[in-house]
Amino acid sequence: MEYIFHILILVSIYGILALAQNLVMGGAGLLTIAGAAFYGIGAYAAAILATKFGFNIFTTLIIAPLVAGLIALMVGSTFARFRDDYFMLATLGFLMIFNTVVRNWESFTGGSYGIAGIPKPHVFGFVFDTPLSFVFLAVVVLLIVTAITYFISRSSFGRVLNAIREDEDALAIFGYKTSTYKLMAFSIGAALTAWGGVLFASYLTFIDSRLFTVNESILLWAMIILGGIARNRGALLGAFLLITVPEALRFIGFPVDFAALLRQCIYGLLLVFLMLYRPKGILGKYKL
Amino acid sequence: MKPLLELKNISAGYGEQKIIHDISLFINGGEIVALMGPNGAGKSTILKAIFGLISHTGALFYQEEKIIPTPSQIVKMGVAFVPQGRRVFNNLTVEENLEIGGFSLNDEEECRRRAKHLMHLFPALHAKKDAYAGTLSGGQQQLLSIARGLMMQPKLLLLDEPTLGLSPKVVKEIFQTIKDINKNQKTAILIVEHNLHSLLPITDRAYVLAHGKIVVSDTGPNIAKSDILERVFMGKI
Repeated sequence: MEYIFHILILVSIYGILALAQNLVMGGAGLLTIAGAAFYGIGAYAAAILATKFGFNIFTTLIIAPLVAGLIALMVGSTFARFRDDYFMLATLGFLMIFNTVVRNWESFTGGSYGIAGIPKPHVFGFVFDTPLSFVFLAVVVLLIVTAITYFISRSSFGRVLNAIREDEDALAIFGYKTSTYKLMAFSIGAALTAWGGVLFASYLTFIDSRLFTVNESILLWAMIILGGIARNRGALLGAFLLITVPEALRFIGFPVDFAALLRQCIYGLLLVFLMLYRPKGILGKYKL
Repeated sequence: MKPLLELKNISAGYGEQKIIHDISLFINGGEIVALMGPNGAGKSTILKAIFGLISHTGALFYQEEKIIPTPSQIVKMGVAFVPQGRRVFNNLTVEENLEIGGFSLNDEEECRRRAKHLMHLFPALHAKKDAYAGTLSGGQQQLLSIARGLMMQPKLLLLDEPTLGLSPKVVKEIFQTIKDINKNQKTAILIVEHNLHSLLPITDRAYVLAHGKIVVSDTGPNIAKSDILERVFMGKI
């Protein structure tokens, strides 16, 4: 039973990450590899706030997205001039800078040793230390993120983001400053992604920089594209499938190391085959 | 009569390369004015310069006031641009496409009201109001693109090749629509077109361009009678 709870928690965390990054990638059509960086910023913010300052989970759930959102706002305002492939390269650069900083800023981030002993989330004397209680916490955050992304995709703001994805130049004709909209999508996406990081850090109670590399960003891409880009339901489905299906590999009896490598191969191959045979993903309406 | 829009010695282009040289022209309120000329003569470039999509040298006057336009400002001043190739948002519905055009109103209620009104004016769009724009026919997309341009109730509508790639029957309908807009809403129209035979009868005046310069300006019927277009299009000028 605990194993099922573990899977549910992972599905919820990745569901949050995929929904948040889908807002940027699917909603506004901005191909970003910075997903893992904002995931990491959320996780490090939670770890540092909890271990050094003893903050409870509610406080970190408020501060971490603000930190991630502000950083996104700063880097995003310089990225706004880039488009398409160049934007993607810029976000990759940002992720690499993030990784280098956390690996080397030992006094603050623990460097390559990471941060251990992150307390289990607690609030008003209640500790989320059983798997079931953590499932509850993760699912509540997931539901909030689902509600926010649903609301955004139905709003006029979401409509403008979709139009940017379709034809950014044509929007300028109606007086839109598209860079402002892109920046907002990028920052909101980063803030929501940080929530996934907060949950992840307090669930695992240990983080280091190797958990937030380009591999994680690509995994998020695979989830979003598999489920159907620009569909909130698709992001959730993608997260569910790409967490549960590789878990099944454990039961086939591969050695753990081999299974982990095989998983990376599956993600990579899946992206290639999706691009070839079903670029819209399972529930998607649009091609990348 | 004071012109609504006046260009004085406008030169513009892309980067170092100038496409139009020393263009001077004017449009009065409620007029239909055509820009004609072969490919590469600089017709679309003039529209883009007016709308501030590319920078220019020379002077631009709107209602006698000198302006250096940016798209967001000029939309609010009452100029709308219907770009070449329709440029509708394929994965948004017809209604959503219209509402996108009303952005500068900053009033969602009014935006929806105007979208409804325009769909009432163009029943073909009303019938498809929840359909994705990408599923419409070329003619319907062009209609949508024009209607989207009317969301701000402009005083001046810039139309860039509105009949490109459409069948003769649809071309006729589009020209009828343009004429109706001009007559009923008193919207001045500056139109770039290659369909000269359909266009000349509905225009008040026309400018003929070659190599980025204006070679003739006259009334529509006079240009239709003269051999200037033949000479320009045969490369004799």
